[in-house]
Amino acid sequence: MEFVLTEEQQMIGETAKAFFVENATSERTRNAMAADGIDRDLWTSFCTELGLAGIGIPEERGGIGLGLVELAIVAEAAGSTVAALPMLGSIVLSARAIAMGGSAAQRDAHLTTLLSGEQIAAYVHDAALTAHGNALTGSAGFVAHGAAADLLIVTSNSGAWIVSADAPGVTVTVQTTMDQTRPYARVTLSGAVGEPLEDATTAIAAAHQAGYVAIAAEALGVAQTALDRTVAYAKERVQFGRAIGSFQAYKHRLADMVVDIEQARSAVYWAACAVDEGSDEAALAVHAAKSFAADTAFRCAGDMIQLHGGIGFTWEHDAHLYFKRARALQSMMGSGNWHREQIAKMMLGEAA
Amino acid sequence: MKLGFSPAEEEFRAECADWLNGQMAGEFKDIKGITTLTAKAERRKEWEQQLAAHRWSCIGWPEEWGGRNATLAQQVIFAEEYARAGVPGRVNHIGIELAGPTLLAFGSEEQKQRFLPGIAAGQTIFCQGFSEPGAGSDLASVRTKGRLENGEWVVNGQKIWTSLAHISDWIFVVTRTEEGSKGPKGLTFLMMEIDQPGIEIRGIKQINGDAEFNETFFTDARCPADSLIGAVGDGWKIAMGLLAFERGVSTLGQQMGFRNELDEIIAAAKANGAANDPLIRQRLAKAETGLKLMRYGALRMLSQTDHSKIDGAALTYKIQWASWRRSLGELAMDVLGQAGEVHDGSDYEWDTLPNLFLYSRADTIYGGTNQIQRNLIAERGLGMPREPRGDVA
Repeated sequence: MEFVLTEEQQMIGETAKAFFVENATSERTRNAMAADGIDRDLWTSFCTELGLAGIGIPEERGGIGLGLVELAIVAEAAGSTVAALPMLGSIVLSARAIAMGGSAAQRDAHLTTLLSGEQIAAYVHDAALTAHGNALTGSAGFVAHGAAADLLIVTSNSGAWIVSADAPGVTVTVQTTMDQTRPYARVTLSGAVGEPLEDATTAIAAAHQAGYVAIAAEALGVAQTALDRTVAYAKERVQFGRAIGSFQAYKHRLADMVVDIEQARSAVYWAACAVDEGSDEAALAVHAAKSFAADTAFRCAGDMIQLHGGIGFTWEHDAHLYFKRARALQSMMGSGNWHREQIAKMMLGEAA
Repeated sequence: MKLGFSPAEEEFRAECADWLNGQMAGEFKDIKGITTLTAKAERRKEWEQQLAAHRWSCIGWPEEWGGRNATLAQQVIFAEEYARAGVPGRVNHIGIELAGPTLLAFGSEEQKQRFLPGIAAGQTIFCQGFSEPGAGSDLASVRTKGRLENGEWVVNGQKIWTSLAHISDWIFVVTRTEEGSKGPKGLTFLMMEIDQPGIEIRGIKQINGDAEFNETFFTDARCPADSLIGAVGDGWKIAMGLLAFERGVSTLGQQMGFRNELDEIIAAAKANGAANDPLIRQRLAKAETGLKLMRYGALRMLSQTDHSKIDGAALTYKIQWASWRRSLGELAMDVLGQAGEVHDGSDYEWDTLPNLFLYSRADTIYGGTNQIQRNLIAERGLGMPREPRGDVA
């Protein structure tokens, strides 16, 4: 019975948290938002100085080892500052897909440059993709940081290919995206030639599992910061001669945030741990974590706006960054309803 | 960070399960699956004694008092297997989980000698006299009076919601022993024998037709001068210490009971086609998720070794399970439809799921209402300014 972070895990958490708090400031994030949604200097120092980019990828496959628990710790810290980084698309989905399902040659060719931040990959999923040999035709919107990518990992329900972003037949169109810290692009392939990953099934499964966990962990970070900043405001803002945090209606709303956040924390680390340990519960856990934590982030970010009053509605305040990120976390890689439907199938013994 | 238990702990789990399942398949078959607190009380007292005879009665207690010095993990495992085997709740849960630990923590050597063996053996059943008509969530408003007279405490007043008082042997009572004192000051914690002319017990019929709790009236009820725990005026401190014992390992056992209830709902939904309704499916998934998150929240809480920190998992657990279970009751009824609102026969006694629906309205009230829990989370957990209190000067 040791369902708490080890000392080493706590240290990773503290290091990552300090890194993001110090560097991923509101000002820098806003500068990145005005560009392509990536704070390049932050990404470089995250990958090279902090050296955590290879987390969650086994050493023998080109990463720095450790597991999804550690990956979740880092994603939670990144989420807590809504850092403008391509971590999800480039590392958690693409690099992991290559690491777990690629050949040795594919790993050699791409992992070093991705994990060092020299290159950025985007993850493109199109269930209706057609492949004639390795010539791919299809289209996917909602490709996170797609316009900044050098490399695309293109997946259908069964196949996975590496496609160079500047290959013939590839068109990438940037989209104005509500969450400017992670802008989407539309990627259209017209007979673009891809290099198939050796074991597509493993690649996709590993990427999606890590993606669900990382999104859930990010959501946890978003929710916790929304709470922390609202708590600080509640203590300093005075109305009717009292700190607004002394009003029961306000307190109860904060308390409800805490109740959800504590459950989200259990969800994230249960899911990460279950995947790492190969537990029977892993499939259930990742769907539970993704749906529950994203809903928690959305509710907390929404409450953050409400409980800040007028200032919370302004562009100047950071609340909207958390709110928009939370909305994106809810819908990306499957809505909450879709994830809960997967759980229902398992519960009712209908799983495919 | 690890999810499960060690191989040695799993071995212990198997030992617990073997013994409990054996009992429920054999000598105590007749009480298996009882979920209300009052059914077959006499038979369940015998079960308490059977547990004691095999030293399973209070395994977390020290060996000298009839326990096994069990580790926290072992206590969790036993509680889980106990519920999984369909064993009814402990008739003496107040004695085992509250009175005993309170005596171990605050009692004198003589008091331990006097009470602990009986509690451990399932011979001395305890109930708890805290709440009063005017002191529910606001426990510091206790008015029941105690005064020393000729070497005895003489108690007058009324308690309410005294669960299982009608089958108990002893009651511990928070009394106001300092004339004119207000709030948490001037309270004293007394242990009183129930079977005496000064104590009258009246059952209170509750929402589901059962009557597990009571009004308890004290009219010059008496106990010897040395019946207090701690010192005169320590009542508040002792009562708060005792309430802390309520948040313990029993949480994980309780979840096994919840698991059984959810499984019954799943079976009902499959049987009557409700499982095809997309909205019901969403709610089933939410219920399953909530149950798992309770489990891992409890494991986080119990794994936490630094008890000096205010732990979010511990602070939120009560409101979490109570709210979850109330929703579960509503889900059960939506799955059953109108069939859940009737049964053939004339008694007002309900099967597990309709009873869950009715009974779970209490979960968000007793042991600190959801509103009180939110205040605690905001004030103790987040450091929000306290709600202004009424005049207690």
